[in-house]
Amino acid sequence: MKNSYDIVVVGAGPAGSTTARFAAQNGASVLVLEKDRDVGIPVRCAEGISDAGLRSALDEIDERWIDSRISDVMFHSPAGKQVELNFKQTGYILNRKIFDYDLAHMAVKAGAEVLTKAYVSGLLFDGDKVSGVTFTHMGKEHKVNAKIVVGADGVESRVGRWAGIKTRTKMRDMETCAQYTVSDIDLSDHHLHLFFSTKIAPEGYLWFFPKGNGRGNLGLGISGDAAREKAPVAYLDEFIAERFPGVSVLNSVVGGVPCDKTLDTLILDGLMLVGDAGHQVNPISGGGIATALISGRIAGEVAGSAINSGNTSAKAMLDYPKRWHKAEGKTHEILYKLKNNIFKLTDEEFEAIADAGLKVPVEKRTMITLFKAALVKKPSLILDAIKVFT
Amino acid sequence: MKRIFQKIAYDPQLCDFCGTCVAVCPHDSIELFEADFNILDSCTLCKNCIDVCPIRALEVADEE
Repeated sequence: MKNSYDIVVVGAGPAGSTTARFAAQNGASVLVLEKDRDVGIPVRCAEGISDAGLRSALDEIDERWIDSRISDVMFHSPAGKQVELNFKQTGYILNRKIFDYDLAHMAVKAGAEVLTKAYVSGLLFDGDKVSGVTFTHMGKEHKVNAKIVVGADGVESRVGRWAGIKTRTKMRDMETCAQYTVSDIDLSDHHLHLFFSTKIAPEGYLWFFPKGNGRGNLGLGISGDAAREKAPVAYLDEFIAERFPGVSVLNSVVGGVPCDKTLDTLILDGLMLVGDAGHQVNPISGGGIATALISGRIAGEVAGSAINSGNTSAKAMLDYPKRWHKAEGKTHEILYKLKNNIFKLTDEEFEAIADAGLKVPVEKRTMITLFKAALVKKPSLILDAIKVFT
Repeated sequence: MKRIFQKIAYDPQLCDFCGTCVAVCPHDSIELFEADFNILDSCTLCKNCIDVCPIRALEVADEE
């Protein structure tokens, strides 16, 4: 390890490793600091991603990353009606432990250095410009200088805050989640199962993402506001006790997802935020792997160019937020508005949406079918929906 | 007159160190390490962290 790099990335999740890979490919010297002892562990994620999402930053897909393939969605209504929907694309349930390791490995192959058990404790400044980080590693304090610091430090991000960016997530936008990896559950293996009910998961949803042979990730997310009444873990335990009593839990994990618009500020002089740290998450689904890959790729390419040009001011890195908003950020703003209406749907309305969906022949049923049904039941969604689909 | 000072306390048996509390804290008052949780003096006891915790590992406790 040197005491100075072109770029220091804080966090070795998909966003951090992807930023590091693309920046290193552009010729920058890159150090990635990961606080945990292992890249990719613990897995605070349901691990679902579409084929297109995966290919946004990866030319080839390695079979080792994929635990199962998904072709259809199963919508479960509050009363237990099941509405099968064609996913219209290939979906994967990943093995993030292998996936995250490989993304870090690719960054290293591109020329980056990765250091685990490295806890970043603060930023260094040169005037107003961010100029490096302080971190502890194996009980020793270190300082490392950088022309750009990339905050890829997840939902609990502090890098942005240290630089003065308002990164707090509002309670209603924080989806607080609990998930168990279960064994031998009686739910089909090729569906992405989504349960909607204000009693099962208020202001959110419950999912089962199958990994084959009855295994899979069973979890739920509810808004921080809804969680004031009861904790996500309690909701999940109650669901299991009622529907799948006795199912074995091989792994349990909790965490939060910032289901928000992108942060107003993603860059400052010498600083970039990517992935969950930049609130770059699909505000409705809570999906954040693809968005991490997309933001990481753009940030890495822009950071690499900024290093090559010798100018790492915010002005010189404007292409990052510009390209991000064109790719995803603008869509997220509309999805965010829609989310606030979907949160207001009652169980009766979810039930009516399921009934409307069931009237459409199964081979013609998609997510859009259900969405159209929702529009009829909740006309206030229409104005926002027009903005999404036009 | 006896004054009771209160602060947010965490249960190390329950805490999963997921950081959800850090993200909703209005005053950046929570420091979370790999196996440690620290509340800074800027905390106003708004209790967002208690409510958002997926596993209810936080509570208000009397300060010594």
